[in-house]
Amino acid sequence: MNPTPRLSLGPVPYFWGEKQLRSFYDSAANSAFEIIYLGEMVCAKRRPFSFEGWLALARDLASAGKTVIFSTLALLEAGSELGFLKRLIANGEFMIEANDVAAIQLARGHPFVGGSTLNIYNPRTLEVLAAQGLVRWMPPTELGSGPTEALHQARPANVQTELPVWGRMPLAWSARCYTARHLDRAKDQCGFCCSEYPEGLLVHTQEEQRFLVLNGTQVTSATRLNLLEHLPQILASKVEVLRLAGDHPAVFEAGKLVRTVLDGQLDASTAAQQAVHLTSDDDSDGYWLGQPGMMTAGVPRD
Amino acid sequence: MELVCPAGNLQGLKVAIESGADAVYLGFRDPTNARHFSGLNFSLKSARTAIDFAHFHQKKVFVALNTFPQAHNWATWRDAVDRAAELQIDALIVADTGVMDYACEHWPELRLHLSVQASATSAEAIRFYHERFDIQRAVLPRVLSLAQVQRVCADSPVDTEVFGFGSLCVMVEGRCLLSSYVTGKSPNNFGACSPGEFVRWTETDRGLESRLNGVLIDRYGDEECSGYPTVCKGRYYVDGTPGYTMEKPVSLNSVPILPNLLQAGVSAIKVEGRQRSPAYVRRVTRILRAAIDSCMRDPETFTPASDGMAELANLSEGSQTTLGAFSRYWQ
Repeated sequence: MNPTPRLSLGPVPYFWGEKQLRSFYDSAANSAFEIIYLGEMVCAKRRPFSFEGWLALARDLASAGKTVIFSTLALLEAGSELGFLKRLIANGEFMIEANDVAAIQLARGHPFVGGSTLNIYNPRTLEVLAAQGLVRWMPPTELGSGPTEALHQARPANVQTELPVWGRMPLAWSARCYTARHLDRAKDQCGFCCSEYPEGLLVHTQEEQRFLVLNGTQVTSATRLNLLEHLPQILASKVEVLRLAGDHPAVFEAGKLVRTVLDGQLDASTAAQQAVHLTSDDDSDGYWLGQPGMMTAGVPRD
Repeated sequence: MELVCPAGNLQGLKVAIESGADAVYLGFRDPTNARHFSGLNFSLKSARTAIDFAHFHQKKVFVALNTFPQAHNWATWRDAVDRAAELQIDALIVADTGVMDYACEHWPELRLHLSVQASATSAEAIRFYHERFDIQRAVLPRVLSLAQVQRVCADSPVDTEVFGFGSLCVMVEGRCLLSSYVTGKSPNNFGACSPGEFVRWTETDRGLESRLNGVLIDRYGDEECSGYPTVCKGRYYVDGTPGYTMEKPVSLNSVPILPNLLQAGVSAIKVEGRQRSPAYVRRVTRILRAAIDSCMRDPETFTPASDGMAELANLSEGSQTTLGAFSRYWQ
């Protein structure tokens, strides 16, 4: 019998207000997730909580039995952002998820989780980062099952693999805020307009194909990664952690579905079908199959 | 300030050097570099000829090895590092941590430059690569403001290189998967954004349509200039409003702020465009050479030559230039 992977809840990518975040994390405290990533990964201007506020939330979740990890910004530019990052690293209680090598540099040997933007594409990179304190890694979003499995098998001792299995996929990061640009505002006059779009701004092609989602300085897929169908293969490879994106309140239902499959109470295909109906997004598993990320089992999504 | 120009082939390299480049950068004919286009790049033999030519003219040659190998194709990148080192190039431009580790261990004398594809936007990130792999220069992503470039230069343990002219990546380089989302292939995993094999142009009743792997990227009216269908420069609908959602077809032109870059301590100005024709490289190199020389002579009174600026605009995507992240609207 394989050890069952733990489930993790990714950080909330959108700018939700304090009330919505509190309600979300109240649900998280009583959810199937063992690991919870907290913090802002997209835009430093968003401050739904102060540093102390995040810390208090982390302690509440820890006392509910959750392992809390602080996610860090994927794009570091301003000096103030590095200052906040240093405080986060030095919090003394919770590990960080490094989403830029600057975080690893500043962590100076402290253990960290390596996020998907670190571009860990090959075993040698994984080895180098393990020597710097990496204890768990995530594959780049575009990496298929073959190369991911090869990296997982080649991982150094005491390094775990964390695989995203559900959620919109992060695709690109810019200094420019596309939500502000859409409203014809300069970034320094954004008025926190992204808070008006708790599910991001949907981009359609001129043929009305749901295509991308704008989330401030981040661009994500409009399709939703759904690897539930592939859980038997993933379980066979003994991946240690499965991550679901914290981008939709339905993540708790999705987490339950994954847990039910892990417990052998539901077959993966049925769970995958049920997961499709949790949100209005089309699902996709193209990247996992070595195909374009927006596709599902080789079929373009309309 | 050094002028670093693109060399897509031997002719382009010669033209760049004859037009005033201090250094040229090139790639091998495989996915180990981020301009893996058919008909482009260098075989071992042509690379040797190129390096001899450049060194005879006392110019430098950098080799771009700036994509990300995976377990199954690691040997291709390893061999490319070995080949570049044996060719006695002046620097290797690298993005992947594993490749840097290999190059540093096996070729300790080989000078390493951190590619823009390594996404280092802070001095701390540069320091990470400098301390571990002794990188000697960092190419900064096209997402930093002038104030941020100044800060990175002030704190960086090594030289910095910034983009002076060429196509504008509006996303952080090395972290953009828009191309593989649509085609399966990206700069990171294949060495090309929006590879030509996926591009289709179709005349329709509604205009000229550009598609990338079937996805409609843009549709042009009779009077409109068409642009290459990269995802970030397409026209889409958001909230019912049609338009360039991320960026319009436009090129980056940093010439107006050359004195600021010089004062910040930037060591080199890079011209994008290994995929461009030798004629393009000649014109851009000459204009940038003149601008840098003029700026170095007297940065206080430097103003970009209007004929040069007009020519750069003509050579740009969509005949438009921008200061990109150096402009206020981004910050």
